[in-house]
Amino acid sequence: MGTLLEVEDLTVWLATRNGPRKAVDGLTFRVDSGEVFGIAGESGSGKTMTAMALLGLLPHAARTSGRAVFEGRDLLAMKPRELRDVRGRSIAMVSQDPSTSLHPMLSIETQVTEHMRHHLGVGKSEARGRAVELLSTVRIPDPERALRAHPAQFSGGMRQRIAIAVALACEPRLLLADEPTTALDVTVQAGILRLLNRLRQERDLAVVVITHDLGVMSAVADRICVMYGGRTAEIGPRETVLTHPRHPYTRGLLDALPHPEGGAATLRPIPGSPPSLGAVPEGCPFHPRCAFAVASCREERPEPVPVGSDHRVACPPDPLGGEA
Amino acid sequence: MSSAKPKSGAPGTGRRAARPGGVLLRFLARRLAAALLLCVGITLVAFTLTQLVPGDPAAANLGQQAIGDPAAVAAFRAKYGLDQPLPVQYLTYIGNVFQGNLGMSQQSHRPVAEDLAEFVPATIELALFAIVVSLLVGVALGVVAAVNRDRWPDQVLRVVSLGGVSMPTFWVALVAFYLLSFKFDLLPGTGRLDPVLSPPPYTTGFYSVDAALAGQWDVMWSALGHLVLPSLVLAVYTVGMLMRFSRASVLEILGNDYVRAARAKGLPERVVIVRHVLRPAMVAIITVAGVAFGSLLSGAVLVEKIFSWPGVGQYAYRSAVNLDLPGIMGVSIVVAAVYILINLLVDLLYGVIDPRIRLT
Repeated sequence: MGTLLEVEDLTVWLATRNGPRKAVDGLTFRVDSGEVFGIAGESGSGKTMTAMALLGLLPHAARTSGRAVFEGRDLLAMKPRELRDVRGRSIAMVSQDPSTSLHPMLSIETQVTEHMRHHLGVGKSEARGRAVELLSTVRIPDPERALRAHPAQFSGGMRQRIAIAVALACEPRLLLADEPTTALDVTVQAGILRLLNRLRQERDLAVVVITHDLGVMSAVADRICVMYGGRTAEIGPRETVLTHPRHPYTRGLLDALPHPEGGAATLRPIPGSPPSLGAVPEGCPFHPRCAFAVASCREERPEPVPVGSDHRVACPPDPLGGEA
Repeated sequence: MSSAKPKSGAPGTGRRAARPGGVLLRFLARRLAAALLLCVGITLVAFTLTQLVPGDPAAANLGQQAIGDPAAVAAFRAKYGLDQPLPVQYLTYIGNVFQGNLGMSQQSHRPVAEDLAEFVPATIELALFAIVVSLLVGVALGVVAAVNRDRWPDQVLRVVSLGGVSMPTFWVALVAFYLLSFKFDLLPGTGRLDPVLSPPPYTTGFYSVDAALAGQWDVMWSALGHLVLPSLVLAVYTVGMLMRFSRASVLEILGNDYVRAARAKGLPERVVIVRHVLRPAMVAIITVAGVAFGSLLSGAVLVEKIFSWPGVGQYAYRSAVNLDLPGIMGVSIVVAAVYILINLLVDLLYGVIDPRIRLT
């Protein structure tokens, strides 16, 4: 499998009242074609801004640096017009809440076909035929009729399936799924995750799943990047990161997950709360909440360093190293 | 309509398709019945108010000599039914209205219905022209301002719209008339037609439409030309107002997830704005436009006066100063009916814009 997207030292500054602040700070990762890459972190950790930066949809007055090479071209250096031709066509997005991301007043047909017709130049009837196929691919019953309907006439899970069909319309190579299951019922979540998994196998589609939910990660991701305060804490294959975490933050996230056999007593929350934009502490951003913090953590910014095959951790004291 | 599967039904998706036509007809019937009751209520209010105003129609309409003659006053009162008790006067009036008889104007000595058929279309023609121009210009500029929020086009347009809503319309009318018509003679100033032309045969009462229907092109051009100045003057205020509302409405919509989703699809910005942003923004805009149109109808008195436009504003004014009760009542009913129709139209447009309203 070749590398589809290579992000190097991505930094995003957002304009705030107190001047520009780093929302994403020196992020480096790659996504191979056909894989599911997970970006995990609490809200405010810079996950969504990473996706927006790749699509060129950052808020006004935001700035980026670094490189994001997709199919040989740097997305961050593209002109708006070039980027628009990539968006929706080669890189598509599925966002968190389908009840707000689908247009409430446009028919499903318009929403599934409009960018198909724009990017691929197909006619109305051909686009319609493709839309019917897409809707049956994502398991919408009676697709012909669904095309004439509007989002309000579907349940949340069905809407997310439609949103996925919209994203797939131009047969993209990369799908950015930002919290694709967060707004859905737990029972519906599993169905959406199975759908994403099936699609990437059938279509050789790479998926970047952005979520705060490590349960979702363990269900779909091949490799995981754990973000904290806009920086990479730990990045590596799913098995390694979830079973032998080397960063105290990853460990904290896992300890905060409920276990099927354990009671409430086994839940160990991470003390404190994640830093807000512009208030990221000096040194390691996690040190105020870290049980293992030593003096150097307060001063030096840790860079992710390799600790195993394809596994990088930004924690020089490496207190969990012995356990692995 | 393509598939004819009478009993298959699609489970799980919870569609309530029904027959949109049926829903619409029931909605219309309900609204029209309510509108009728509302109109009757308005006549009652108008009637009561005219009775509360101090003044005697006989004194207002008869000459100095005749007022001194009790027989003449009595004859006047008997002729117009003013000698009857008030409830009887009102019921008689309502009964006549339902037969299409709005009474005789004490001032023009013609049936009020005939007067209105002449004056009301003149005003509606003017107001329609003004509101169409206002919508086109106001919404377009509002969108430009919203898209360029806090940059120079927005700042410039903020001043423009503030100017539009702040300048008194009568002053704009006088200045525009003086400059464009009198001084530089760019546009015809007063009346509905050039004095040498005679009005087209009556069909709708809109000179421009009637002339076109009759194939009198010179009359049509003259009618359109006479519309330009007064309707632009009226539009100054509504453009300013619609611009502000459009800007606010578009800005609100721009923050929605579905706009980001539309951009993520790689659609050209023009398509994003027109299809994904303007459509939902129109819901708020047409609400304001409806109200603005209503105020154009009843608030054009000064502009009609300055441009000698024989509209319902002038007619209402003349009826009021002469205490011409049938005239006042007739104007009230017609203006109320037009207001109600506009509201109905706006409600129907909501359904056209937003399918969720159609479906529930």
